Amino acid sequence: MDPVLEITDLKVGVDTGRQVQSVLDGVSLKLTPGKTLGVVGESGCGKSMTALSTMGLLPDRFAVSGGSINLMGEDLLAAKPARMRELRGNAISMIFQEPMTALNPVLTVERQIAEVVELHQGKTGAEAREIALEMLRAVQIPSPEDRLAAYPHELSGGMRQRVMIAIALACRPKVIIADEPTTALDVTVQAQIFRLLRELQEQTETAIMLITHDLGAVAEMADEVAVLYAGKCVESGPVREILSNPSHPYTRGLMACTPRLRLGAAAASAAEEGLGEIPGMVPPLGRFPKACRFAPRCALADARCHAEAPPLVPAGPDHSALCWHTDKMEQVA
Amino acid sequence: MTETTSARTTAAPEATGPKPAHPALEFLRAFARNQSAIIGLILLAIVLGTTFLGPVFYDVDPYSMVDMPFVAPGGDYAPLGTDYLGRDMLAGIIEGGRATLAVGAAAAVISVVIGILIGSLAGYFGGWIDAALMKVTEFFQILPTLLLAMVLVTIFGATLVTITIAIGAVSWPQVARLARAEFMKIRKLDYVQAARTAGARDAYLIFRVILPAALPPLVVAAGLAVGAAILFEAGMSFLGLGDPNTMSWGLIIGQNRNYLLDAWWTVTLPGVAIFITVLAISLVGDGINDALNPKLRRR
Repeated sequence: MDPVLEITDLKVGVDTGRQVQSVLDGVSLKLTPGKTLGVVGESGCGKSMTALSTMGLLPDRFAVSGGSINLMGEDLLAAKPARMRELRGNAISMIFQEPMTALNPVLTVERQIAEVVELHQGKTGAEAREIALEMLRAVQIPSPEDRLAAYPHELSGGMRQRVMIAIALACRPKVIIADEPTTALDVTVQAQIFRLLRELQEQTETAIMLITHDLGAVAEMADEVAVLYAGKCVESGPVREILSNPSHPYTRGLMACTPRLRLGAAAASAAEEGLGEIPGMVPPLGRFPKACRFAPRCALADARCHAEAPPLVPAGPDHSALCWHTDKMEQVA
Repeated sequence: MTETTSARTTAAPEATGPKPAHPALEFLRAFARNQSAIIGLILLAIVLGTTFLGPVFYDVDPYSMVDMPFVAPGGDYAPLGTDYLGRDMLAGIIEGGRATLAVGAAAAVISVVIGILIGSLAGYFGGWIDAALMKVTEFFQILPTLLLAMVLVTIFGATLVTITIAIGAVSWPQVARLARAEFMKIRKLDYVQAARTAGARDAYLIFRVILPAALPPLVVAAGLAVGAAILFEAGMSFLGLGDPNTMSWGLIIGQNRNYLLDAWWTVTLPGVAIFITVLAISLVGDGINDALNPKLRRR
């Protein structure tokens, strides 16, 4: 199927006053209708910057310096601000991490949903109210009629996130960017929210970009995965491929960092192994290594890794990794 | 402030609990629990009642002589005494209150409107717009305000309208700074960003999303601005720059200031009127602020 959103070789830089430092360096992603792309990486790897570039809402001093973002044949980087406003909330919308702070505390739930509808579809009054109610039903909020008049502080975290999803879905967008949508929620509520998102996705054929550092969430939600490290996409492919055959040391490291419950005989070995970790931290902006950016933290790094940028190597069907040593993965973790 | 009366703790409303009262009702309840705010409200009611209903009950021309000059309060013809021209002090205070309150309110509205406009644009857009607008604000801040207002009044003539505009035009910088700070803080919040991702335009974000959240401190600032403007008008009148054709509290003080030692009441009584009014306005302003703030509401 044709991708609904295609990001090609996206480059973003930040102007520090003295120089322009690279934040994203050639990130390429593809979103297919009805599918979910998990974007994974540590803090500071460029996940949120990718999302904000797509929305056209990069913070001050940040600017796109290359590449293209293509939404259904339309180049978003060339779109005028007025056109971007039309698209935001309408064709692309966003679900935020903190439902506590991402809802306007002084407006009722009804107003917040209705406003998006009024803004983009020109519906008013009773019609907008009807859509707000319908959306609350769609996100499975109990007694939605009563909740219309509720303020955000009267709702629980899970309910607020449902309202956020209702707002994001109100105009039936083609793409939803979910920036760590469940980090602020209980695990049980997380599972509910994911199930809800999947159900709604089946009905609406919406493509979801799920930004997260939780590999469990990726395993549950995503169809495709892109792993970002220090502004580069280091590995991408179908979720099964990536999880069963990770072909970049960074992906392997991330998976080793995820605690697993082991019982019986395996429990003893787990205690010995302990929890994996990736030594070091993501280099700060402007101190990215010249060649392989992961080399200083990588167990497989040799002289070539420090001297020459690695190529994108196919590692399986639709699966590629940015590494010199895709054949030596068994030696890691 | 009034720990004793408002110490009742109400449980935080739960999502599943009974529906909380309408916000306006909740606001009124919180306001009514605040003793000093109620005192302020009563004082304000007395001031407004005296100035606007006073002429109905006490029908004396404030501009005509009723007795000898400098008759002490309790005289035969004037209950609060007479001024240096033998005019009735009580009638003067009743009549003067209208002009004083009108100038105070109108000047406060002018300064708040200018202040919010400049402050919100500066705080919202940041960058060079912020820098330019803040330079203008600083320019007005470093000028001695009383002097600037006096210059304006001297140039354009001492009428109530020019005095009001002059006061408004020199006292907006504080409001602008406050509005800017609030906007800078609030525009970074998630829900503003969320509204932006929903496709909201700048005007909508400024006036419908950020301004309501920035309003509580600005409401209080507006209240204090009324008080400050009344004091300002009194100060200008005291210096002889009031509108000589319209009775106001400041004008009464200004015209009688030379006789302060011989006839204390001619200056003290309008002074007390100003004091009570300004006090009442700030008490009510504080009460509104506390009642609007849900964190202080349940104390």
